[in-house]
Amino acid sequence: MSDITSLTLVETLSALNSKEFSKKELNDAYLKRIGQIDPLLNSYLYVNRDSDKIPAAIKDIITVSGMQMTCGSKILDGYITPYNATVIEKLMTKDISFIGKTNMDEFAMGSSGENSAYGATKNPWDITKVPGGSSSGSAAAVAADLCTFALGTDTGGSIRQPASLCGVVGLKPSYGRVSRYGAQAMGSSLDQIGPITKTVSDARLVLEWISDGDLFDSNAEKTIFTSKKRLSDLKGLKIGVVQLNENKSDAGLDLSVLKTMEDAYKKLSELGAEIKEIVMPSFKYSIETYYSIMLSEVSSNLARFDGVRFGKSRSEFGLESKRRIILGTFALSSGYFDDYFVKASHIRSKIKKDFVKAFVEEKCDVIVGPVSPTVAWTIGEKVDNPLAMYLSDVYTVPASLAGIPGLSVPCGFSDGLPVGLQILGKYMDEETILNVGEVYELATKWHKRKPDL
Amino acid sequence: MKQYETVIGLEVHVELSTKSKMFCSCSADYFGKEPNTHTCPVCLGLPGALPYINKEAIESCIKIGHALNCNIKTQSVFERKNYFYPDLAKGYQISQYRWPLCVSGKIEVVSADGTKKDIRINRAHQEEDTGKLSHRGRETLIDFNRSGVPLVEIVTEPDFTDTVQIRDYAKKLQAIMRSIGVSNADMERGDMRLEANVSIRGIGQKELPNYRVELKNINSFRFMVAAVEYEIQRQSKLLSKGERLHQETRGWNEDKKITYLQRSKEEAHDYRYFPEPDLPPIFISPEEIEKLKGGITELPAATLERFKKDYQLGEYEAEILTRDKKLADYFEQVILASENTGIGAKKVANEIINKKPDIEKVLPADFVNQIHSSQQVFAIGKAELETIVKQVLEENSKAVEDYKKGKESVKMFLVGQVIRMVGKKIDTNKVKEAIKKSIK
Repeated sequence: MSDITSLTLVETLSALNSKEFSKKELNDAYLKRIGQIDPLLNSYLYVNRDSDKIPAAIKDIITVSGMQMTCGSKILDGYITPYNATVIEKLMTKDISFIGKTNMDEFAMGSSGENSAYGATKNPWDITKVPGGSSSGSAAAVAADLCTFALGTDTGGSIRQPASLCGVVGLKPSYGRVSRYGAQAMGSSLDQIGPITKTVSDARLVLEWISDGDLFDSNAEKTIFTSKKRLSDLKGLKIGVVQLNENKSDAGLDLSVLKTMEDAYKKLSELGAEIKEIVMPSFKYSIETYYSIMLSEVSSNLARFDGVRFGKSRSEFGLESKRRIILGTFALSSGYFDDYFVKASHIRSKIKKDFVKAFVEEKCDVIVGPVSPTVAWTIGEKVDNPLAMYLSDVYTVPASLAGIPGLSVPCGFSDGLPVGLQILGKYMDEETILNVGEVYELATKWHKRKPDL
Repeated sequence: MKQYETVIGLEVHVELSTKSKMFCSCSADYFGKEPNTHTCPVCLGLPGALPYINKEAIESCIKIGHALNCNIKTQSVFERKNYFYPDLAKGYQISQYRWPLCVSGKIEVVSADGTKKDIRINRAHQEEDTGKLSHRGRETLIDFNRSGVPLVEIVTEPDFTDTVQIRDYAKKLQAIMRSIGVSNADMERGDMRLEANVSIRGIGQKELPNYRVELKNINSFRFMVAAVEYEIQRQSKLLSKGERLHQETRGWNEDKKITYLQRSKEEAHDYRYFPEPDLPPIFISPEEIEKLKGGITELPAATLERFKKDYQLGEYEAEILTRDKKLADYFEQVILASENTGIGAKKVANEIINKKPDIEKVLPADFVNQIHSSQQVFAIGKAELETIVKQVLEENSKAVEDYKKGKESVKMFLVGQVIRMVGKKIDTNKVKEAIKKSIK
């Protein structure tokens, strides 16, 4: 079979079940394709040639015992982790093996993949473009059929945004849905591990596998996510669309992305949903709020890389890591703490309230909008302008601050590059966003398009 | 003439004797163990590891709060205290800052003039210990066995005015920890660590001085008292010379008997505290808090008073017996076992204090027997005694001569010889009398 690697996770499971091919053939096919394609993309930092089950790719910030874990940084070059993350333990009980560790922005800090100390990952749709970040390798590997599915981490959009820019499905679960144990922390109150997959039903399946918390993550819920019902249409559902500011350029939203969005809303309406415009007044502060909290937490979370252990000196930190450590240290310093961290925490609760208002008072079942204001940009285009890079997170950070789930589903193309539709749901209601995403996906089939590699 | 008065506050770290560490399941019993054997990804601060709260430690902290008459909070929050040190695995210590578990307590101490004084407890909060560094020549080794062992930090208000109070406070705190069974509170092993904030002000001055000298890393009551005394002298001298005193941290040099500068204010840390995002706030119901009060039997001060009243013990005996809860319990078990033997409580107390039985090994009933047999006197017949005395005197004619010459000391020698020959405990007075009679 020549196109084993183009199968979705669900299709792969069923083919293995009916013995259309063996697990060895499956791994051989993926390893062969990695050998052919990955030199172009640089999506893997490590390839495990002993993978012998259903091959998944793991972002190199999640511990797999005995494998390297660089977090995309030189400071951890050569570091082999001695234990498994909870998600890894859970996947191992589901006949999954780990075919490789994927490239990423250093310590998950970046929106383009260019902050990796091991070279930028390329977008499979156009290798002169960025794949998004920080789960850049995971998204590129899924888009290029270099694994059955991948795990990423999302702090402010790091699963959803690269999924959007690479034309695949990315799910950031609710904060606390999946144990974070084994994922090097970036913004501890925001981080979530989630799947990047070829379809929405694949994402649903992986979430079932990795949910249900553990003893270690005190913020994770001990409940297994299970899908109760699937939908054939969207009748009776109310979908909120966030009203844009009068001057749309504020968010830097591309007109072509806007056009794609409007088509997607139209499609959702045709599928039976009621579309309702909603106002989220606190959203305009979300970037500042997100960066104040995330940077503060980063400065503390990266303190353990003090040059005493793990072999490498602090000078090995990349520019963006240094920038964030310094900014975060400043934000927490005495005399500034109240102005940054405390104020940001207040606005964070306002953002949560805006969501509650939309979901409860306005009775929206989900809220939709763009994932990224633009499609994938040219490598190098924003590296000298960190602020422009930060602003590209504008649509993803509100859900991160509120801890609610978000899904990115392919919804079209602009200039030949994928555009993602973001579907946000109530806290712990991944079910509804997955249902809406799946109905939309089956009706549009954007996910069937593959990059020409 | 005394110009100044002393203002002292104490910070005491107590290491809890819980089964596991504060935020992981490693054994907390690290003392004397092979380095880096009680470790896991959590207490080593490996990338990806997360802390989870040890309930036993929180309960111990609440018990301490109760014992110190604190107000125990139903809501409390862990925060990160950020600083760099090689023994600090994560680059921050999980501690409590704005929302400690226990606040506003008090404990009564005795002052230098014998009067009693309440020392206010500002807070008792939960935190974790660091690893341990050992320096060998140019090398420094790190042992993470202690990393993450639960600590409770007890902070007083600046209420101490003399070192007698400090000593009494530390002793009482130690006795309380042992009594409620939350810590061995052994200073030499580092189970209990004292830090003092010392400053002085003009007599009558109401406001606190605008500086304080922190005395740190002092590992005995005696050294702490000496260091504080030294500081009071040093600061008084400087102040009377018109010099300004500064905020600084000082250590104690036991050889030279002086304090020395460790860190000046300019080098003070900004710990950048912020709520620990990996741990949810702690909520404890008033019922649970109340229940933990029941876990506390009786505090040492109360036991001491009870021993004095119920057993008619003197302050001295009662104080020694209540220093250690195990010893106090043993005393009462022996009392119970000695019922109807005619052995009084005072006798039991003295026997325990003087004979120092190994309370882990000697059963209370056996100890009663020991006291009993030591008191038991063999009723020897008059004739039998006289025969033996005669024999002893014959065999020790030289001693008898000395005795006759008035050498009193040989009398006890002769008594001993008689008792030895009898082979049983007999009334020594009778023996003395018999010897006296025979020699005449």
